[in-house]
Amino acid sequence: MQQAVNYWWIIGGVLFVLLNTAAGLIWLERRMLALWQDRYGPNRAGPFGLFIVLADTIKLFFKEDWIPPFADKIVFVFAPAVVVASVLMSFAVIPFGPNVLVADFNIGLLFFLAMSSIGVYSVVLGGWASNNKYSLLGAMRGASQMISYEVFMGLALMGVVLLSGTFNLREIVEAQRGMWYIIPQFLGFVIFLIAGVAETHRLPFDIPEAESELVAGFHAEYSGMKFGMFFIGEYLGITLVSSMIVTLYFGGWLGPAFLPGVVWFILKTFVFISLFILLRASMPRPRYDQLMEYGWKVLFPLSLLNLLATAAIILILK
Amino acid sequence: MGPAFFIAAAIAVFSTLMVITRYNIMHALLYLVVSFLSIAVIFYLYGAPFMAALEVIVYAGAIMVLIIFFVMMLNLGPQTASEERLWLTPRIWIGPSLLCVVLLVELGYLILLPSEPVDEIVTVDPKAVGLSLFGPYVLAVELAGMLLMAGIVGAYHLGRQKKKITHRFLEKTAEE
Repeated sequence: MQQAVNYWWIIGGVLFVLLNTAAGLIWLERRMLALWQDRYGPNRAGPFGLFIVLADTIKLFFKEDWIPPFADKIVFVFAPAVVVASVLMSFAVIPFGPNVLVADFNIGLLFFLAMSSIGVYSVVLGGWASNNKYSLLGAMRGASQMISYEVFMGLALMGVVLLSGTFNLREIVEAQRGMWYIIPQFLGFVIFLIAGVAETHRLPFDIPEAESELVAGFHAEYSGMKFGMFFIGEYLGITLVSSMIVTLYFGGWLGPAFLPGVVWFILKTFVFISLFILLRASMPRPRYDQLMEYGWKVLFPLSLLNLLATAAIILILK
Repeated sequence: MGPAFFIAAAIAVFSTLMVITRYNIMHALLYLVVSFLSIAVIFYLYGAPFMAALEVIVYAGAIMVLIIFFVMMLNLGPQTASEERLWLTPRIWIGPSLLCVVLLVELGYLILLPSEPVDEIVTVDPKAVGLSLFGPYVLAVELAGMLLMAGIVGAYHLGRQKKKITHRFLEKTAEE
């Protein structure tokens, strides 16, 4: 009984923290971008301008929710839900602390990959259902970008799996007690980070939406809370990739004992979320063909080499 | 067989029926994705978590996205749906239905046969899958690899093209 109650507490707590993080990131991103660009950003409403989150949320909720008459209605409504659902499902397997974990899956890592490949559908279907040239172009770019980068993402993760010998994320964290995997798997970490940026289609890899070329890409026709779902989905995606990086390469909730594990996890994740925002502030957007070429000609061979070298070293050491 | 199996199986059957009967190809493909997902659930329930994950990653996540990608490029309008409606006349259903009835009778016969009770479900972990792939089935893996290699070479050949020069100034520097 006690366990079941705890279980619901964990699920509720994770959902509460995640959705608030996603909303809070609106403020964080705008403020940090502003500071890096030598301006103030939103600083009027509330302490440090924090109430901008509230204002933004109310604005999103009350905007006219418009479905274009030329759109495929069912798919149009369905697409934004896919991204939020798939990202939230992925959080189920992430160990936030020693006992703070929704589902102790023995294929946790594969589940994460599966959910991220389901997430591709929201971009593809959103763009297709809008029945708009720019949206369609954005969707096609998004599909090819995310499918390609998923390959390197999976291959880069296999290094961690080789070292720890398991797909279970909790056991992967436990296996990092001696040494965080960032040291033996630095190359894997770099590839995973780049692929993670591409997978969440964040700047500099926001080619599916590229507002200077494609209006707003796949979500050009979306408004109101449907756009809000894409928006929240993007921030949730950043949080997800950051927490995956922390779990796989930076020891998850491991850390000196003066702070509880969950706090370490949140602190480390926060560092990577800030890195994502810094990337947005500092990097130019590559061309679409440059992105694909970079992926298949640089990252793909590198991730294969990483896999080969890791496997060889493990074999020699045994 | 728990209720989870029956729910997943019902969804699989229903979505597969919808795949066949939809006139809009995109909707049909989406039902096919749902069908793959429910089959993944069945794999998981019957002790093959690795296969379940691969079903979602490879079939639902990669192959279906690629098919949808091509359908998007073909830019099928509403006229394809009406064409499809013309093609899918009741007469066409007769042949497949007859064949399915035969299979159904066979299935019912098999179910009614007194059979030995199924053993406990054994979970096949990823390691076991890997060991059998590179152990007894290594020849099949090699053959699949060769097939994929042929595909890659073919795609490379079709996609190869000379660098296009779009501006007359650049053309001159390219010649030099």
